[in-house]
Amino acid sequence: MSEYLIIGNGTAAVGCIEGIRSRDSESSITVISAEEHHVYSRPLISYYLEGKTDLERMLYRPRDFYEKNGVRLVFGRAVKLDAKKRTVTLADKQRLSFDRLCICTGSSPFVPPFDGLETVEKRFSFMTLDDSLALEKALSPESRVLIVGAGLIGLKCAEGIAGRVGSITVCDLADRVLSSILDSECAAVMQAHLEKQGIGFMLGDTAVRFDKNTAYMKSGAEVGFDILVLAVGVRAETSLAAQAGCEVNRGILIDDKMQTTVPGIFAAGDCSEGFDSSTGSRRVLAILPNAYMQGRNAGMNMAGGDSALEGLIPMNSIGFFGLHCATAGAYPEDAEVFEDRTEGIRRLYVKDGILCGFIVIGDVNKAGIYTSLIREKTPLDDADMDKLKKFPSLAVFLPETRRKKLGGVV
Amino acid sequence: MKRVYVNEEWCLGCHLCEYNCAFANSGLEDMVKALKGKPIFPRVHIEEDSGITYAVSCRHCTDPLCVKSCIAGAISIDDGVVRIDRNKCVGCLTCVLVCPYGAVAPGPEGAAQKCELCMRNSCGEPACVTGCPNNAIVYEER
Repeated sequence: MSEYLIIGNGTAAVGCIEGIRSRDSESSITVISAEEHHVYSRPLISYYLEGKTDLERMLYRPRDFYEKNGVRLVFGRAVKLDAKKRTVTLADKQRLSFDRLCICTGSSPFVPPFDGLETVEKRFSFMTLDDSLALEKALSPESRVLIVGAGLIGLKCAEGIAGRVGSITVCDLADRVLSSILDSECAAVMQAHLEKQGIGFMLGDTAVRFDKNTAYMKSGAEVGFDILVLAVGVRAETSLAAQAGCEVNRGILIDDKMQTTVPGIFAAGDCSEGFDSSTGSRRVLAILPNAYMQGRNAGMNMAGGDSALEGLIPMNSIGFFGLHCATAGAYPEDAEVFEDRTEGIRRLYVKDGILCGFIVIGDVNKAGIYTSLIREKTPLDDADMDKLKKFPSLAVFLPETRRKKLGGVV
Repeated sequence: MKRVYVNEEWCLGCHLCEYNCAFANSGLEDMVKALKGKPIFPRVHIEEDSGITYAVSCRHCTDPLCVKSCIAGAISIDDGVVRIDRNKCVGCLTCVLVCPYGAVAPGPEGAAQKCELCMRNSCGEPACVTGCPNNAIVYEER
């Protein structure tokens, strides 16, 4: 019998619980949750504001999840991790012991030190359900909203509240929207679409100082607002791991078995830094599918397994006001680019004979075939790129490969 | 577990499976009312490659990427069948982004949909299989 402890109660934690239970149905599992909620689907907080889901439907696992998996859920904030004594201490002094620990602390909003920020009455981050509920209370049909950050979080927030406020302005120091996943041309298409919905942009510009309801921009412009949303960026929550002596870079360093540099301590999800197999380099891959897969792999290995997790790549499927975009992998400058603009934009990046990244805006159907080509590093020597760039299809594979894919149990 | 498999040497590329699928999942009793003059959203698709045609539908993987990747926790495995809870799905299409077969697609209301083997519709067994005129799609244990 082992004592398993998980710090965090998000997607990676659920993966970890399910991973442990796939191998060990007996030992005790304790989950420490700083948020006083049953596990919910974090990316759905904008859909909640938009009215596309509600508090019940956005539960990531059913109400009886913890009970069914024999998990003790403890609400509290972990403040101390002692790797030698194998204990975690909570803010209320409660001490929990463990044989194996998984750190699933996620990330938290990064707020630059803006001058005068404290004078802004209605200011919010947009990371948690509580952030979303607090923001909802402040919304009114007349509200002028300023969102700092035109990334995934800022723009999803804009979409979520667009029907409930008077105006939305989004600013970002970057010269384009969604700079982490789109190149400038694709970003311009998405920006134009968002502008059609009435969202205003101030790009290459950001707030430097606030005074109550006014933002003073780098460009010298002044923006009046009633509600401020700060979505500048996020940082991996690594402090507990660092305390315990785990090596930390941008995230907690993990190997391909989710093991940190301290034996018996694992990490998974947005707080961790593993490998991006599309580039072969270390990277924090802060996306939900990755959090689940890393969590589950960690859980299996905590329970005596020895499996390595490979093929993790950055990827995003995200839509705004009906226009979808699907992206994955990397877009290296020396890659060969295959483009099709019959409908929307499709851009495939090929390097060393394999697909290393893609961007699709518009019809994202079957984009998973592109993603699998990246993940599996499929050689494209025999592929008809003119066909493939127009539409992904299993026809890209040799007939025998395709028959094997469709003919067996997978 | 029994799954839907395609015998591509027998496939005529007639697309009947797509129509039978859309009808079986329409909830309507009249095929004409269900399909005529409407855009259809079948969960099986015929692909074509230099004269060869074959049907593609969900493989009901034993370790499905879509289940692990769903941001809403809306996809689960029920007795081997991979199911999408339409009520929970918000239509982000992450499942479309990860399915290596291209077997998940947005349905008429934007929520993702895919083959669920006709277990819960009026057909009760895969409609693409029962309606295939040439036994090019089969439902069997392998």
